[in-house]
Amino acid sequence: MTSPTEAAAARVFAETAQGRRNRLAETAARTVFLLMSVVMIVPLLVTVGALVYKALPALSLDFLLTNPSRGMRAGGIWAPFLGSLYLVVISLLIAAPIGVLAAVYLNEYARDTWLTRLTNLAVVNLAGVPSIVHALFGLGAFVLFAGIGRSVLAASLTLAIMTLPVIIASTKEALGAVPMAFREACWNVGATRWQTIRSIVLPNSISGILTGIILQVSRAAGETAPIMFTGAVFYKAIPEGDLFAYGLFDQCMALSMHLFTISTQVPNVPEAVSYGTAVVLLGTVLSVNALAIALRYYLRSHQRW
Amino acid sequence: MKLPERLRRENLGERLIEALIRVCGVSAILFVFGIFFFVCREGADFMFGRLSWRQFLLSTAWYPTSVSNKRYGALALIAGTASVTALAMAIAVPFGLGAAIYVSEFCPPRLKEGFKVVIELLAAIPSVVWGFIGLTMMNRLIIAVFAVPIGLTVLNGGIILALMSVPIIVSIGEDALKAVPDSYREAAEALGATRWQVVWRVLLPAARNGLLAAVLLGVGRAVGETMAVLMATGHSVRIPHGVFDSVRTLTATIAAELGEAPVRSDHYQVLFVIGVLLFTITFAVNLAADLIVKGIRQQ
Amino acid sequence: MGGRAIALALGAAIAGAALLGAALGGCGARQGSRAATRQVIQNLGSDTMVNLAQAWAEEYARVDTTVSVEVSGGGSGTGIAALIAGTVDIANCSRPMTAAEEERARQNTGKVPRHFTVGYDALAVYVHRDNPLVEITLEQLADIYGETGQTTRWSQLGIANSACRSDQIIRVSRQTNSGTYEYFREAILGKSGDLRLGSYDLHGSKDVVELVGSTPCAIGYSGMGYATEKVKTLRVARKAGDPFYLPTLASALDGTYPIARPLFMYTLGPPQGAVARYLAWVQSPAGQRIVAENGYVPLPPGDR
Repeated sequence: MTSPTEAAAARVFAETAQGRRNRLAETAARTVFLLMSVVMIVPLLVTVGALVYKALPALSLDFLLTNPSRGMRAGGIWAPFLGSLYLVVISLLIAAPIGVLAAVYLNEYARDTWLTRLTNLAVVNLAGVPSIVHALFGLGAFVLFAGIGRSVLAASLTLAIMTLPVIIASTKEALGAVPMAFREACWNVGATRWQTIRSIVLPNSISGILTGIILQVSRAAGETAPIMFTGAVFYKAIPEGDLFAYGLFDQCMALSMHLFTISTQVPNVPEAVSYGTAVVLLGTVLSVNALAIALRYYLRSHQRW
Repeated sequence: MKLPERLRRENLGERLIEALIRVCGVSAILFVFGIFFFVCREGADFMFGRLSWRQFLLSTAWYPTSVSNKRYGALALIAGTASVTALAMAIAVPFGLGAAIYVSEFCPPRLKEGFKVVIELLAAIPSVVWGFIGLTMMNRLIIAVFAVPIGLTVLNGGIILALMSVPIIVSIGEDALKAVPDSYREAAEALGATRWQVVWRVLLPAARNGLLAAVLLGVGRAVGETMAVLMATGHSVRIPHGVFDSVRTLTATIAAELGEAPVRSDHYQVLFVIGVLLFTITFAVNLAADLIVKGIRQQ
Repeated sequence: MGGRAIALALGAAIAGAALLGAALGGCGARQGSRAATRQVIQNLGSDTMVNLAQAWAEEYARVDTTVSVEVSGGGSGTGIAALIAGTVDIANCSRPMTAAEEERARQNTGKVPRHFTVGYDALAVYVHRDNPLVEITLEQLADIYGETGQTTRWSQLGIANSACRSDQIIRVSRQTNSGTYEYFREAILGKSGDLRLGSYDLHGSKDVVELVGSTPCAIGYSGMGYATEKVKTLRVARKAGDPFYLPTLASALDGTYPIARPLFMYTLGPPQGAVARYLAWVQSPAGQRIVAENGYVPLPPGDR
């Protein structure tokens, strides 16, 4: 038998009609948004699963190490894979120093003037330029104006400019995370700005810089349009297993371009070969990205502040 | 008092490094202007001489290789870009914002990190792989489900582009929601609001600008996408009458025809003019998004 | 510890810049030998010929391991433009250079372009294999594809395409700067006239056949080498009343098939050294066997 107090309490705290409506609306909203999030992911996982399934007959170490043969309908992807490697490494060598130093400037040296605002705007815009416009730029500036011609170098330069914002953004974030106190401590003992950056700020931002570099690599490996007209070719015969097969001024095959070519221009390619190429490209890019994410977590958990 | 030799050398070295840093710092501006300059330069001769802007923007007759009657009407191409982008945004915006709201407000903290990782991986998928998916799997799916003769259509391109734009909308939308001060949430909850009411009545209006910026950046991504639409939309130069028509976008036109246009010919130059048009559109979109976000920061 | 990482990063940057500088300093040494021991031949041009060119390059790498052939598509126009600019060794063309183009090449480089016939191509007209149509004239094609043409339904051609529910003719074509497109346009419409917009303008010869093979309402044209079992090749006649011919080796060579053309490789002046050896090999029985394998028409034995 409930006491009068308990009964009174039950009345006061009973759910009103409004309260029930609110609760139902809340549950409905939560479910709807959860479904929305899931709806994007599940079909994607199914798609990736189907890709891998169809690619299985072709995937093997041989696939990676042999050249395309029989009119690119059989064999493997050695030449495109090596070409992509060249493009990625060279574009990284160009973009990383510029990107890191640019982020250092924006975060450490720049004062809040119109020039700084303009620079930040330019970085955002550089990230938003369509990839085909980068291709046009690379064609006009490097291939034609600078006279480099279609080559690994021109393609790498184009890729470097395209992926610069990735490095700048990541580095800037990492530099910004370093507490001001660290810098102040350095200045208090008489270090100059660059000495502070060199010895304290940059080492503590390594995680962000490395993350940016890894993200740049994955972006550069996956792009097709910028290299289509600046250095990638339909086909080039190189010896298998030779790591120095491409010269700086040669044209090269590339994995992304190869996928495009065999999907649209080579007749009668067996499904396994084209799906296999897609899976290798996708797998490379995703594992590089996963590496970046893992690195970020590892270093963040080992942060000393 | 003269500085000792070592310190003077250090000083010089430091000044050199700082000069280098300053140059790299403004390099982004140089590159953006460089892009605009070189793209304009290649098309300038035709753009300022023989191009009829009226024909370019208002005519659907795209015959750049005609022997007798060359015409450069890009209206059908603009319609192609617009239709695919519109469809992509119609799908991506609700789903993207819904996911952003979920991740930001409703998601249990443990799931949140996992979810963000998945979104980041989704963003990393190369566009040529998306194009491949559109060309092969999505193509067959659309033919089977809708019983249409051809699966390379606005619908195909729209779905693929939506999947590509969602990560941007989710991550920037989530940032926008996170930027709303906690005091707003606390005040609303103190008044007895449920979580959903907090979101609907307080957070969304407060984050309105940031969410708009997220959508704009998603639009910019969709407009600028090249390889995926090149492979998935079917290449037909016409104004679409429904989602089951094939179209050709501005970006796909450049990619498809640039390799085949002799350097410095009129056709080649008009493709660069399309590049200028694309650059202008994405520049305007990014500028708008940036100004909106800046507007928030000043609040 | 941190300083070493920075020194490493800066060192990499300086190394990269040095590499760049050295490379740019060596700029201009494009043709001929690289630091690697292989010589490079650049081969650019017709998309119709690109698969053939790739097959040649692939086989030739086995024949002569000191030479590496780089193959790109881009269309006959691109190959010719590169030849005029002097930036390519061999240009693949599915059409002959015009007198104006040859003159420009001579003015620009001082050398006269030389052409070598390396095979023949017949443009086949494809329909879905369930389509009852078996033959077609060039005039009918002009009426289907041309800008002023009036034929939009299969019933207008006098057949009942039961596999196609809408009775609509879906035109599959190539994009406008492809040599195949230009040749087809010239073959059915003559020197002036354009193809009607609204066709599916695909990027590659293989795409056309694949689309036609999966679309009962479609009609398309592509190289005869791209046929699959899902499509049917139509017989073609010049006009009503003329005999109809299938594209075969024989009919392409003797001119009875109306849409057949020679395939050329152009060089600037007489070819030298590795380029000359490659061209000789392409025209030899070994090279021509690859032409046949890829579905094109090899040179008759007398012409080699």
